[in-house]
Amino acid sequence: MAAEIDQKTSHQVIVPSVFAEFWRNFSRNKGALVGFFLIVALIIVAILADLLAPYDPAYQFEGRFLLPPAWVEGSMVDHFLGTDNVGRDILSRLIHGARLSLIIGLIVVTLSLIFGVSLGLIAGYFGGWVDFMIMRLMDIIQALPSLLMALVIIAILEKSLTNAMIAISITVLPHYARLTRAAVISEINKEYVIASRVAGAGSLRLMLITLLPNCLPPLIVQATLSFSSAILDAAALGFLGYGAQPPTAEWGTMLSEARSFITQHPWIVTLPGLCILITVLAFNLMGDGLRDALDPKLKRT
Amino acid sequence: MLRFFLNRFLLLIPTFIGVTLLTFSMVRLIKGDPITAMLGERAVDPRWVEEAKARLGLDQPLIVQYGIYINQVVQGDLGNSIVTSKPVLSEFWDLFPATIELALSAMLFGIVFGIPLGIIAALRRGKVSDYLTMGTALTGQSLPIFWWGLLLILLFSITLGWTPVSGRLSFEFYVEPITGFLLLDCILSNDWPAFYSAIHHLILPTLALGTIPLAIIARMTRSSMIEVMGEDYIRTAKAKGLNPKRIVLIHGLRNALIPVITVIGLQTGSLLAGAVLTETIFSWPGIGKWLIDSLDRRDYPVLQGAVLLVASFIMIVNFIIDILYGLINPRIRHGR
Repeated sequence: MAAEIDQKTSHQVIVPSVFAEFWRNFSRNKGALVGFFLIVALIIVAILADLLAPYDPAYQFEGRFLLPPAWVEGSMVDHFLGTDNVGRDILSRLIHGARLSLIIGLIVVTLSLIFGVSLGLIAGYFGGWVDFMIMRLMDIIQALPSLLMALVIIAILEKSLTNAMIAISITVLPHYARLTRAAVISEINKEYVIASRVAGAGSLRLMLITLLPNCLPPLIVQATLSFSSAILDAAALGFLGYGAQPPTAEWGTMLSEARSFITQHPWIVTLPGLCILITVLAFNLMGDGLRDALDPKLKRT
Repeated sequence: MLRFFLNRFLLLIPTFIGVTLLTFSMVRLIKGDPITAMLGERAVDPRWVEEAKARLGLDQPLIVQYGIYINQVVQGDLGNSIVTSKPVLSEFWDLFPATIELALSAMLFGIVFGIPLGIIAALRRGKVSDYLTMGTALTGQSLPIFWWGLLLILLFSITLGWTPVSGRLSFEFYVEPITGFLLLDCILSNDWPAFYSAIHHLILPTLALGTIPLAIIARMTRSSMIEVMGEDYIRTAKAKGLNPKRIVLIHGLRNALIPVITVIGLQTGSLLAGAVLTETIFSWPGIGKWLIDSLDRRDYPVLQGAVLLVASFIMIVNFIIDILYGLINPRIRHGR
């Protein structure tokens, strides 16, 4: 099967577009496809949160405390997934939580990509003591597991969702810096780089235009995987009380508020966690698929 | 080998200095005056403030303060807890065995179930059971531990009533701490009812903390096993007509385990991070809960000491793994 495809492509005069080849590899992995469509669905929910959510996520319905979901006895049709301990509609809160989680993931990944890639480029390109200093800094950040390091940073900055995002971004920085540095080091002595250096390209041009595009595949995989770890860490911080603060509709914070009601009203604990699990799983599935599709070593084996 | 050892050891020094700089500046960077933070409401009296500043050396230049701090750290003096006034280091040694006991038990759970699952999935590659196992493993890897722990409590403690909700031992038992490792202490003092109770308390936290390592080990074993089973020496073994079981277990597994062992070693950090969440949920008296409590109570000497000790512990474990890996695999030793 693989040989057949190889033959076909080699006989074709037109080189199949990079994207078509990527999609063929990616879509062969059914799990990755499931992850991809889940993420698309989540993005739609996040964008349309205001339209999809039946109520304001912060509105407290008087006298409607701890209503169970629609399929349980004693529920109300108005609240499909029930209400929490202060009478807020759980479905609306979960929908807005999806928006918040995706925003958290997006901000963390963007921040850490920008700074991590820059540090990695600089370290790999200049080498010497610059490299040594940057990499030792990365060692220090990684001396503690990400959740603990994030807690320490939040302790310094004061607890809030913004600081939680900054803290998580710092903890994932080293991954990007290391990946970029390794890619730069393996590319920097290749002919195309030397050629553009001889042609008079400056450091900035060499780093950003010549080297960076060739470091992209591992970075894309890492970005997808750190999307899921960012969402997970932010939820854990929210759960511990060091992330989003109540009454924000954040899944981890919702879980921590619901914890004391677990005995009588298990669903208010079950639902937010399920949302975290599905979202994280979707990004992990897609990350796995991307790795297989982008890693030339694993291709067609 | 000695050069490799020294090389890796020397790399530890800048990281350790960096971590001490972090813990040193952490307390000084925390919003507001550290004195107010440390003394709380008692700091209203200016004399108290001056006295505390002088006592803590905070009236000295930063460089001198850092020198004093390093000097104390090297001598094993990490200060006293504001809440309990006990030395931070002795609190750490009291609680550390509980965390190690939990982490080891979780790791054991992950290894005992993860490796066989990985082997089975690898041998049935592409079949339904492979997809099922790996799908479950990826789900396990994506689990938020804090939620998973709550679900376990909901099912096994609240609904079924099989296991206790929290703690390390039922109230009716008292076991003299000999090693600090409760299971060991129960055996040493020959107290079998207490041992049974301790095991009972350990089950749920182990499940909560061990699920992610289990999933990671299963996935790693599978991919490593698939790679090894495609090697020439396996084909040779098959061609020789060896017993298939023998090929898998002796020829395949032994070689497939090297990357798995590395992954197991690298779990130390995430196990400790997971311990923070697991210990919080199950009120497990270990260093994870200690750390979170110190944050909640603004007990900064404890926070500072705990961070330094946890980071040092992880650094040492990673260093040992590095050295062991260099011993097993000469390519790494001579690589740099």
